[in-house]
Amino acid sequence: MLNPFLSMKAIDKSFGNVNALKNAEFELKKGEVHALLGVNGAGKSTLMKVLSGVYEQDVGEILLEGERIRIRSPKVAKDFGIYCVYQEVDTAIVAELSVAENILLDKIVAGSNMFISKKKLNREARNALKQLQVVNISVEIPAFMLSLAEKQLVLIARALVSSAKVIIFDEPTAPLSLNESTKLFSVIKKLKATGVGCIFISHRLPEVFEICDRMTVMAEGTLVGTYNTSETNQEEIVEAMLGTSYSKDFPARKHVLGNTLLRVKNISRGEKVRDISFQVSEGEIVGIVGLVGAGKTELAKTLFGYSPYTEGSMEILGNTLKIKHPKDAIKAGLVLIPEERRKEGLFVQESLRTNASFPNLQNFSRLLFMDKKKEKSFAKEIIERLQIKTSSTETPLVYLSGGNQQKVAIGKWTSLDSSLYLFDEPTKGVDIGAKTDIYRMIREFAEKGKGCLYFSSEIHEVLGISDRILVMYDGHIVKELSRKEATQERILLYASGGKEE
Amino acid sequence: MQAAVKRNKLQERGTNFLFKFGAIALLICIIIYFSSISDAFFTYANFTDILRSISIVTLLALGVTFTLVVGGFDLSVGSTMSLSTVVTASLMVWYEMPLWLVLIVPIVVGVLVGLLNSFLIVIIGIPDLLATLSTMYIVAGFHRTYTEGYSIYNNMPLTSGGTAPGQFSEAFLWIGQGRLLGLPVPVWIMLILVVVAYIVLNHTRWGRILYMTGGNEEAAILSGVNTRKVKFIAYIISGIFASLAGVLFTARVGSGQIDAGTPLLMEAVAAVFVGYSVLGIGKPNALGTFFGAAVIGILLNGLTILNLPYYAFDIIKGTVLVLALAATYVYAKKRFSRA
Repeated sequence: MLNPFLSMKAIDKSFGNVNALKNAEFELKKGEVHALLGVNGAGKSTLMKVLSGVYEQDVGEILLEGERIRIRSPKVAKDFGIYCVYQEVDTAIVAELSVAENILLDKIVAGSNMFISKKKLNREARNALKQLQVVNISVEIPAFMLSLAEKQLVLIARALVSSAKVIIFDEPTAPLSLNESTKLFSVIKKLKATGVGCIFISHRLPEVFEICDRMTVMAEGTLVGTYNTSETNQEEIVEAMLGTSYSKDFPARKHVLGNTLLRVKNISRGEKVRDISFQVSEGEIVGIVGLVGAGKTELAKTLFGYSPYTEGSMEILGNTLKIKHPKDAIKAGLVLIPEERRKEGLFVQESLRTNASFPNLQNFSRLLFMDKKKEKSFAKEIIERLQIKTSSTETPLVYLSGGNQQKVAIGKWTSLDSSLYLFDEPTKGVDIGAKTDIYRMIREFAEKGKGCLYFSSEIHEVLGISDRILVMYDGHIVKELSRKEATQERILLYASGGKEE
Repeated sequence: MQAAVKRNKLQERGTNFLFKFGAIALLICIIIYFSSISDAFFTYANFTDILRSISIVTLLALGVTFTLVVGGFDLSVGSTMSLSTVVTASLMVWYEMPLWLVLIVPIVVGVLVGLLNSFLIVIIGIPDLLATLSTMYIVAGFHRTYTEGYSIYNNMPLTSGGTAPGQFSEAFLWIGQGRLLGLPVPVWIMLILVVVAYIVLNHTRWGRILYMTGGNEEAAILSGVNTRKVKFIAYIISGIFASLAGVLFTARVGSGQIDAGTPLLMEAVAAVFVGYSVLGIGKPNALGTFFGAAVIGILLNGLTILNLPYYAFDIIKGTVLVLALAATYVYAKKRFSRA
């Protein structure tokens, strides 16, 4: 019986009182490509950070070729031959150095030679690329001239020349085009042939099934199971990823749909918003769900005019709009509650009063002069209506909790009579109590005949609040599901690029 | 343990108190000190003198205040003032232009410098300090080239031969040298502009938009503000204030001095940062800027009475700037660590 090449056994890791990993397990054979799957927060990244020396586990052991090892730092991990190819390749590339120098960076740093022979360097680098059958990259050009995909290849080559035994790929295909992904896969196959074990993290099931020999699914910090690719299918994996379904109770909502409010036709912008069409009616809550990186935030910002669309058209109540700046969107009755509320939604050093009145200063001023009384009474009104916990209308928002800040970020739009609200991950970093309040607010908007778009990667939330669900994958809307048709499994399947047979 | 907490709280209260009232306390100390040393210091005549002497710096500093409010900075105000000074003087002395043109053309020059600054910062994307540093030199070069390195005065000899045809008119000189209701005219101009700037920044819609753009540009954009336009306007306002300072300076000394504005840049910047901390506002603000200019003016006046040589003044100005910056940044750090 052959021992696994690498195995992680009964790994626990907690931060404060949050258990990120509980009894997590992972095994890798020599020369296999092994996928690590799970929904957001399942513990994949934490487990890989333990393996690459960023964190050290609280409990559990790691065996490499049958020997117990302790990985105290990323440097130690590299010494053991464990390398990481991160999604943000630029953090690991030195832009001004040549490709050859980048490939041999670790060796140069570790080496004791004062002088470095350029010729030898280039030869070694070329050899490494040849092993990966990459022929179209010149090793002499500076690294900043490379495309993202090429930089990834440089990182892989770097791992190879340092005689890596394990390479972790953390969502390597997320920024790549289809063509580039295909090329990456052939490189990974070459690596496999040299006996390197590859760990492959991805949200995209089709490619996982294409490239991986086995897959391990995690949920809530623990191992769910390990599957042979040839013996499983997408549906089974999705079910495993969802684990125990933790659906929450959302009260049923009677809804009456009015006229079509928003009609979006074939809008595109860059890689993340591609040929999007949908519509929203008065009084409707439409959920737009997708995994991280699917293009939800980009779509929200495109609709709002922050990064205007380059193709397509938009209509509100039958009027064609040209939205080039958020101010055009606001004028047309469309508002956005952005994902990063502290960075994008609020002026945290300012008082609740000034934040609340800001989107509609006209309303709170006479001629040019601010009417502070009117501002104050509006601030009091939203404090009361949204049950915001604050000592006064003049308290700077930094002193408020995340949930209360978010309520201000939503409430500040209510002095305008907008007809369409875009919520981008509105419950991110918000406690349970405030979450419920936020759901209630959104439902109230809908009851008043407003249209709401709810962008989120939390599938159960979208499922709970939406009347209709659009699933995004890779910048496209890949599926529309009515409330009745939608289940967590189906949403996750489509959000991971899968299809029902 | 509890004592330590108590001590910490006391310390925090102490720094808060210092930040809020430190500048005012310092001012009172300076006044008491100079009054005790010289009888000439605490007199009405001397105080109107001080106010007149700070009027030009205050105008410059108000311009800098506007750029700081939107989260930028303007180092070119000194040079812009120099350029405006020689343009104003040349219009009267070289070209004998009517008074209204003499007042308007420099303002147009100020607007142009503001446009150049905002073009470099907003459109091209050069960081504000570097962009305005470059403009500072370009504008300074322009103003020296324009006068071929000479100052401009009544009946000056011209390089082309002969003497300049024009003279400074009485009406123009009144702006800088006249008195009105017991106060010098420059003091009135300064007070009016301080009040206008204060009202605009603190009590109007525009002021709100300016502050929010500086406070969080991203959030301002997502609230529907065209922040590029706002920044353009702020730099143009700064240019206008600098050119007004130049006009005032010309009228005050009755000639077009070369490099008039250069030494005033640092005083203006110091005034703005002293103003940050007045009453713990922690933001650039018009009244604070005036107060800051006053602190520096009183300090320099007192030191003159003490016969400190003028060439040592930069030591004092620099020290005031460092202290003001220290207070501002220590306080900002505390605010952020809590946030």
